[in-house]
Amino acid sequence: MNSQVLRGRWGYASVTDKISDLVLRRPTHWLWALGFGIAGTLTLVLLGGMVWLFAVGVGIWGVNIPVAWGFAIVNFVWWIGIGHAGTFISAFLLLLRQKWRNSINRFAEAMTLFAAGIAGLWPVLHLGRPWFFYWLVPYPDVMDVWPQWRSPLVWDFFAISTYLTVSLLFWYVGLIPDLATLRDRAHGAWRRMVYGFFALGWRGEARHWARFESAYLLLAGLAAPLVISVHSIVSLDFAIGNTPGYHSTIFPPYFVAGALFCGFAMVLVIAIPMRRFLGLEDFITIRHLDNAAKILLATGLLVAYGYAMEVFTAFYSGDKYEIAIALDRMKGFYAPVYWTLLFLNVVVPQVLWWRRARRSVATLFVIGILVNIGMWLERFMIVESSLAHDFLPSAWRPFIPTGWDWAMLAGSVGLFALLFLAFVRVLPALSIFEMRELVEEEKEEAR
Amino acid sequence: MSALYGVMAELADEKALLAAAHEARDAGWAGVEAYSPFPVAGLAEELEGKPLGVSVFVLLGGILGGAGGYFLQWYSAVISYPINVGGRPLNSWPEFIPVAFEMTVLFAALAAVFAMIVGNGLPRLRHPLFDAPHFDLATRNRFFLCLRGNVEDFDEARAHAFLESLEPLRVIEVAS
Repeated sequence: MNSQVLRGRWGYASVTDKISDLVLRRPTHWLWALGFGIAGTLTLVLLGGMVWLFAVGVGIWGVNIPVAWGFAIVNFVWWIGIGHAGTFISAFLLLLRQKWRNSINRFAEAMTLFAAGIAGLWPVLHLGRPWFFYWLVPYPDVMDVWPQWRSPLVWDFFAISTYLTVSLLFWYVGLIPDLATLRDRAHGAWRRMVYGFFALGWRGEARHWARFESAYLLLAGLAAPLVISVHSIVSLDFAIGNTPGYHSTIFPPYFVAGALFCGFAMVLVIAIPMRRFLGLEDFITIRHLDNAAKILLATGLLVAYGYAMEVFTAFYSGDKYEIAIALDRMKGFYAPVYWTLLFLNVVVPQVLWWRRARRSVATLFVIGILVNIGMWLERFMIVESSLAHDFLPSAWRPFIPTGWDWAMLAGSVGLFALLFLAFVRVLPALSIFEMRELVEEEKEEAR
Repeated sequence: MSALYGVMAELADEKALLAAAHEARDAGWAGVEAYSPFPVAGLAEELEGKPLGVSVFVLLGGILGGAGGYFLQWYSAVISYPINVGGRPLNSWPEFIPVAFEMTVLFAALAAVFAMIVGNGLPRLRHPLFDAPHFDLATRNRFFLCLRGNVEDFDEARAHAFLESLEPLRVIEVAS
């Protein structure tokens, strides 16, 4: 009973009505309103911080020489990591025909889109002269210069913008049949018009579906290597530099595993309250949470391997700067960060070996939050401790964040929550047509 | 030829629609359309006219993106603005791979989406079917088989009789 992908007796009509009514009838819970209020306030804090940053400059942050990469880069890497699970769920699990994905792909893709969008903000804010960010775009300009193609920072620009565009396309294509459902079920001319406009006149003709499925599958096939490439390229921002603690070939796979790790943690953090408040327990069942927890455990072990290899390689290389940074992380200024992240990312997920823990909603929620904090600390440790402790002892100086650093980090979390809370009210949080397919498959199996 | 868009049968499930499409094909009907709230495996194959797949366009888009992305880098780094850094090669191809790869994926994905939308004749916000009674259920739980009125020697009475023989929930006339 507990291991089902779809619980209860659902048919095409009831599953359609249930999910589309979440949008069309808009049940407003006071907790939703409260959450929206808090998220909106935090978003204003972020906007205020951005205005102050543009007016005064990056000096409002704790960055200086030698640590010129502060929270902006930490937050960038963290958010883009969170934005990985959605496409992983949509693309890889679609290609692998994992039917449990049908009930979680939509909101996970939305999560991806919002997180990747927020991630994209940080490098621009970090630029110092953000109004020149378009210099990254190759165009024949009057200054007669081109982007430096051999720089990972330029690769990054292409990787993030491609990832955002492809994620948006994938999400939108999947939404078209559902927008048509909303168009056909909405009352009131205004809503019908808006949903109808974005549904493009979708009618569900058999040949249209054939093309749709072909395009959807191809997009999944394209998105799968893209997911891997994005965080690999992000990691090259570090690995191509010769700073001790950055200059390591393990970075690309280590970053991708870390991205999936915190992405799945975020899926749990979002799915658990959402299924409760929107009454989606029949669609997002214990089986889904259990599967997500297993992926969390597996990617957590990959990340743990990454930590172990980082230390091993430092000592095995015999390079005194690498050894110094490895020891500094364990014993130096940032040692509390290092040991905390090891505890949160390596020790805590081991609880998930127990079946009871994987099936306890409260445990999973807490682990999800702890892993997200742990992964943020990991990014902090990588970015800051390496820069604060490079080749020349006279240049060593730790990075200490200011109030603006913390305020803008909190603000970005608020913006993410705000976007997500708005999303569940205007678009179907689960993919309706794929749920109908799931109903059909379950019917076939019962036969 | 007829002034009608077509005559349409409303069916209860995907099995009935597949069977209906099969019978329409056996009976030699031209201009058959089938509508369902989710993709039904094997349904498009029962209908005439092999749809031009999107995969060809995805391949072309990918080639265009990859070649264009590489050309952009090669042109700007070798022809337009060469910088000699200690005699290192200007056409440093390994470092041009990431951007060329991203452009491949980007163009292929854009091609997939546009080929799907344009191939399906979308966007088309106004369509005779949207005025047909019950057709709003085509995105919920009903399945429709439509015989188009715009084909040669379309006989409305015969179409009615054929659709009734499928034992549908109802037969609907769609005005054009």
